[in-house]
Amino acid sequence: MALVQSIPIRRVSAKPGQIFAISLIALFLAIFLVIPAGTVIYTAFTEKGTGALTIVNFVDFFNTDLFRRSFFNSVYVSGMSVVWASAIALPLAVLTTRFDFRGSLIIQTLGFVPLIMPPFVGAVAMQLLFGRNGTVNLILNDWFSIRIPFMEGLNGVIFVQSLHYFPFILINLSTSLRNIDRSMEEAAQNLGSSGFRLFRRIVFPLAMPGYLAGASLVFVKVFDDLATPLLLNVKDMLAPQAYLRVTSVGLTDPMGYVISVILIAVSIFAMWLSAVAMRGKDYSTTQRGGGGLSRRKLSRGESVIAYGVVGLILLLVLSPHIGLLLLSLATVWSFSPLPDAYTVAHYGRVFGESSLYIKNTLIYASLAGLIDVVIGGAIAYLVLRTKVVGRRWLDWAATAALAIPGVVLGIGYLRTFYGITLPDGTPLATLWVMVVLALAIRRLPYALRACYAALQQVSESLEEAAENLGATKQRTIRRIVLPLMTGGLLAGFVTSFSTAAVELSATLMLIQSNSDAPIAYGLYVFMQSPAGRGPGAALGVIAVIMVALCTLLSHYVIERRQKALGVAK
Amino acid sequence: MTVNINSAALSVGPAKAISISDVNLYYGALHVLKDINLEIQPGEFFAFLGPSGCGKTTLLRLIAGFNNARQGKVVIGGQDVLDMPPWKRDIGMVFQSYALWPHMTVAANVAFGLEERRLPRAEVERRVQAALELVGLKHLADRRPSQLSGGQQQRVALARTIAIEPKVLLLDEPLSNLDAKMRVEVRRELRELQQRLKLTTIFVTHDQEEANTVCDRIAVFNEGRIQQVGTPMGLYEKPANLFVANFLGTANILDGTVSGSGTQRTFEVSGAGSIPIPAGATVPAGAKLVFRPQYATLGALEPGAVALTGTIAHREFLGATVRYGVQVGTATVLIDAPFHSGNALLETGATTTLGLKPSSALWLAE
Repeated sequence: MALVQSIPIRRVSAKPGQIFAISLIALFLAIFLVIPAGTVIYTAFTEKGTGALTIVNFVDFFNTDLFRRSFFNSVYVSGMSVVWASAIALPLAVLTTRFDFRGSLIIQTLGFVPLIMPPFVGAVAMQLLFGRNGTVNLILNDWFSIRIPFMEGLNGVIFVQSLHYFPFILINLSTSLRNIDRSMEEAAQNLGSSGFRLFRRIVFPLAMPGYLAGASLVFVKVFDDLATPLLLNVKDMLAPQAYLRVTSVGLTDPMGYVISVILIAVSIFAMWLSAVAMRGKDYSTTQRGGGGLSRRKLSRGESVIAYGVVGLILLLVLSPHIGLLLLSLATVWSFSPLPDAYTVAHYGRVFGESSLYIKNTLIYASLAGLIDVVIGGAIAYLVLRTKVVGRRWLDWAATAALAIPGVVLGIGYLRTFYGITLPDGTPLATLWVMVVLALAIRRLPYALRACYAALQQVSESLEEAAENLGATKQRTIRRIVLPLMTGGLLAGFVTSFSTAAVELSATLMLIQSNSDAPIAYGLYVFMQSPAGRGPGAALGVIAVIMVALCTLLSHYVIERRQKALGVAK
Repeated sequence: MTVNINSAALSVGPAKAISISDVNLYYGALHVLKDINLEIQPGEFFAFLGPSGCGKTTLLRLIAGFNNARQGKVVIGGQDVLDMPPWKRDIGMVFQSYALWPHMTVAANVAFGLEERRLPRAEVERRVQAALELVGLKHLADRRPSQLSGGQQQRVALARTIAIEPKVLLLDEPLSNLDAKMRVEVRRELRELQQRLKLTTIFVTHDQEEANTVCDRIAVFNEGRIQQVGTPMGLYEKPANLFVANFLGTANILDGTVSGSGTQRTFEVSGAGSIPIPAGATVPAGAKLVFRPQYATLGALEPGAVALTGTIAHREFLGATVRYGVQVGTATVLIDAPFHSGNALLETGATTTLGLKPSSALWLAE
């Protein structure tokens, strides 16, 4: 301390507590995000055995048929998923924002439903509904003697992913559409434009930024997803290849790392591309009291068509859930449109044998959510309320986790922590805590946004008033800031919890024993064998209900708190 | 900016008359426009003036086709337009927010309406150039709207509208997003442009100064009803009711009672004196005495003026004039006295004589 005081530097406003907090978070992010990711990248560029820097691994990658094919398959599947997700989201977004449509609320709500269940859970159910001998094709074959290859090979992945991820486009596009001022459209009508031309020339270009944001997110998510192609038995895509190389060939094989680097690069490239495309295009044009595009009434005929289209899309969107529910209640379901008979035995079995999975999930997801809220809240406070050196770097590092796919993080943890062993000889990488940390890191960017939003709602003058009345910084945080942020923090916790509860890609790499496994892993194991499908589906239904309940509960709690505080939304 | 006009560049055709009859508009149970009847002459620069929420913008939007009125008629150049959708009406409208599309360049914005009319490429190009030249922005054709100043954006919006050679031009508060200095400049340009194009134009504003300076005639709106139509000076000199008198310029209003009959009527201002009502003056039931601040004098009476007693309540120095607030009975009226160096000023609290010629006074009801 004496040394610090003797140096005549400009007054640093950072308090010791703040410096301590920033160091702690920096250390955490360094050990569990930067170093594992850095290790993966470094390994990809070093020669196996000698450790010399080289790009020979990448040359090998592109010289191998399987990898080249995997790369193009991944790009193709991601691109087509964006196309189909757009085809689903576009009519729904336009209907709900441009027309007086009674079903709007249902669409907006149901649009979120696919997101509370990971895509791979629905994949098996989708096989049974849309597969070669699934419900739809059996019926088509009976009536018209045709079969549509919905689920054959890459088609299956595209189908499942686009049904799962279209809400990203729907939400972003709807928001953009709602932010267009009415006069934008009226000016075009005044100059002689109407109907589809008006939509194509004015409305859609103005909504483009939102669409691009959603589309790039879908692309990245599909590109990084590991479990869906694996469950559909599609192996020649990048993420499954990375997993298979590391688990079958071993941790020393460079190909897993090369693929990881490519996954990271493509994620960053897609986000960069959408950022560039949107640069200088903040088209949000609503004026004070302007209130978005005018809504038109549908004629009777248009109503019938609209309800028809929406009904069809919603049926499609909910088909994984419906299929899963049927599967969980089916005795035998094979080569028939519907199950032969129904039973609740699967649920009995799941509760009997697999309650461990549920317990593990609750523990892992809660811990991950808690870590995210603590770190996210601390970063938000440091960035928004202090001038500590390096606070921007924390924000940047935490957000960078967006670009690190789960498989890559898993591989990074294995590589970084495998050599470190506990006193009893087990490698650190296989400890269940690692799963929790991986989940926390993966969800941190989203929780961080929620924390920023929560803190931005708390006016700084409220804190100043507390300090003026004699409260220290710490006591102000505890007595004023935290209570007012509770709603937002809770929202951040729930987002982290519900997505962590069903995340598989990092988990798949890190779980070594069944006793440590969460639901997502148990599901994956069950779904591998035909006999396990029933219990697997039951487990899936339980997971969906669990996540949905938590989300509902938190909404309820947040709303009550907001009301109690009289926070005007 | 100088307004360049090349008569061959844009031809807006002979000016059209606008005839609005018996228009009523309801938003649910709310009666927004009440029995609107209005004749606007070809080539006229016409203002809709009124406070916010009076229905002026609603009527403008109805003419452009953005409100579904099914009651009444709007005839433009001999054609009833109420059943036409906005995109078939050929009515140019400049929006209050300008509504320039941010994803298009200035030139693309101006070309939009022409492309929608499927004009040949060369013709589109020619008219875009002509319209931009007209507003002096030819050199900014490749810019984006976000790169322009407010005044420039306003001119682009105007060029975009004029390029389609509309039948009539509607301007929705076109000056409200400009700063005070620009406003004066732009309103002169608007007037000049309108005069050269001979385009029937409706100008919506809540600012009486804007309406007075640019428009040939004004319709004053209040609560969904047209209160009075007239020239700026006509409305100022002969307002039809208290609302118009109050809205246009400053009006002093005194309560009182009428006594006598025929040519011998007088108006008693409670506690301040009385004024003979000139023969032939109309005095509606419940009328109040109305006069402008510059029509009354303080102190010595002019020939023909009648005296009321009052007390100086406050005094403001405005430069060319000194404005006195004078307590007359229970009301306070404003009197403007020209300021000359060396003139003795009246002090607050002093009792004074207020002189008013009956011929400068009006008797108006609500």
